[in-house]
Amino acid sequence: MEILIAFLFMLAIALAAGLLLLVFSHLFAVNKNPLEKTIRECLPGVNCGACGYKGCDDYAAALAENTAKPNLCIPGAQKVADQISDILGIEKTQVEDVVAFVACNGHCGATYPIAQYEGVQTCHAASMLYGGTNACRFGCLGLGDCAAVCPSKAICIADGIARVDTSKCVGCGMCTHTCPKQIITMLPQEAAVAVMCGNKQKGADARKACKNACIGCKKCEKACPNGAIAVTDNLAVIDYNKCTGCGLCADDCPTGCLKKVYFPDLPENYDPHALVK
Amino acid sequence: MEEFKLLIVILLSAVFVDNYVLCRFLGICPFLGVSKKFDQASGMGIAVTVVMLLATAVTWPIQHFVLNTLNMGYLQNIVFILIIATLVQILEMLLKKLSPSLYKGLGVYLPLITTNCAVLGVTINNIIDGYSFIESMASTLGCGLGFLLAMVLFSGLRSRINEANIPTPFRGLAVTLIAASFISLAFMGFGGIVENIFG
Repeated sequence: MEILIAFLFMLAIALAAGLLLLVFSHLFAVNKNPLEKTIRECLPGVNCGACGYKGCDDYAAALAENTAKPNLCIPGAQKVADQISDILGIEKTQVEDVVAFVACNGHCGATYPIAQYEGVQTCHAASMLYGGTNACRFGCLGLGDCAAVCPSKAICIADGIARVDTSKCVGCGMCTHTCPKQIITMLPQEAAVAVMCGNKQKGADARKACKNACIGCKKCEKACPNGAIAVTDNLAVIDYNKCTGCGLCADDCPTGCLKKVYFPDLPENYDPHALVK
Repeated sequence: MEEFKLLIVILLSAVFVDNYVLCRFLGICPFLGVSKKFDQASGMGIAVTVVMLLATAVTWPIQHFVLNTLNMGYLQNIVFILIIATLVQILEMLLKKLSPSLYKGLGVYLPLITTNCAVLGVTINNIIDGYSFIESMASTLGCGLGFLLAMVLFSGLRSRINEANIPTPFRGLAVTLIAASFISLAFMGFGGIVENIFG
């Protein structure tokens, strides 16, 4: 009998609480912009944050209030940008396609470990312990934090370093924030050459740490007809606004860290929504 | 007069001597989570205070007029949690409508007031200490103000920490926890002070 009273009492309290919430939710309902919902349905829903907002919901809200540009969704590519522009009734704009690029070529044959690490197998943990076990303290640790965070499974660890399958990369940039060494950058898809090194040590020290390191010799700087390459902090940096993709720099590079690259275009029937499944 | 003095003693000792965050170590989660900025910290402090006052105003009568008369004191925890959860939901709706900026600033910590042990702690401790309704409300107000005080003090401290040059191994949560322990130690100095002032 007593348990029945307790049961009924709890039921009454729960019912009262539920009714109270129902009343309040009607009294204080916040009117949402109906545009927000339609825009949200267009977005891929990966919540990658490449647009600079907290997620797809946040970006949709900003779009509905006309405070954001419609061409910021990188996983959605041109298709989504066009849809959003149609909904908002504004002019269509070009999406800048970017892909992730690992600026390190310190594979097992080029560099060597200076210590053994047996701790938690993530780059983040390994880099907290004296910057990791690599001889090059700028290089890829190869424990795959980027591969774990990649929503489209475009990154794999091969021969000790992370490699990006550019045909799968959607350009969300999550790996660039995750990498503790910050060697992953987003390159424009038209990029023809790239520096595969992040070592800022002086030439001799960089060379000792890794055979493929940029030694800051400035040969590429001189070879470039457009002045697009500058060596800063013993590391070549390419200005892609000036680069024409002639590839003369890559021919002159003595260590091969400046490479010709090729990023395939996104396929015709590319569907950003397929990523979520 | 004597009663009024008792209320003041209850209030002040709840703020300083038995500070919920710094001396009883309840409600640490928002204390560390939302204390980065002053305005968010004070907003959180006020929100928790309001929830505490509402919760006590509802739970005290329920305990004394319903649970005790029905002889079902064993339902105390579950009933109180249910009531607090409802109140937090209502507060969330109100804030979303009336102050969207504070709602955004508090973010995930607002629904987390539901499981803030300081709120449940206050309501249950009021019953355990055998306070009357007025005394309970005074103690609750003190606890809420104490929480607000701890949040505001700590947010000020954290903004200073942010600008300081801290050795690498201590950066981030490490130095925050050390700072929290120092504030906690400082509050131990209040022990016995209120009783002696009004003694």
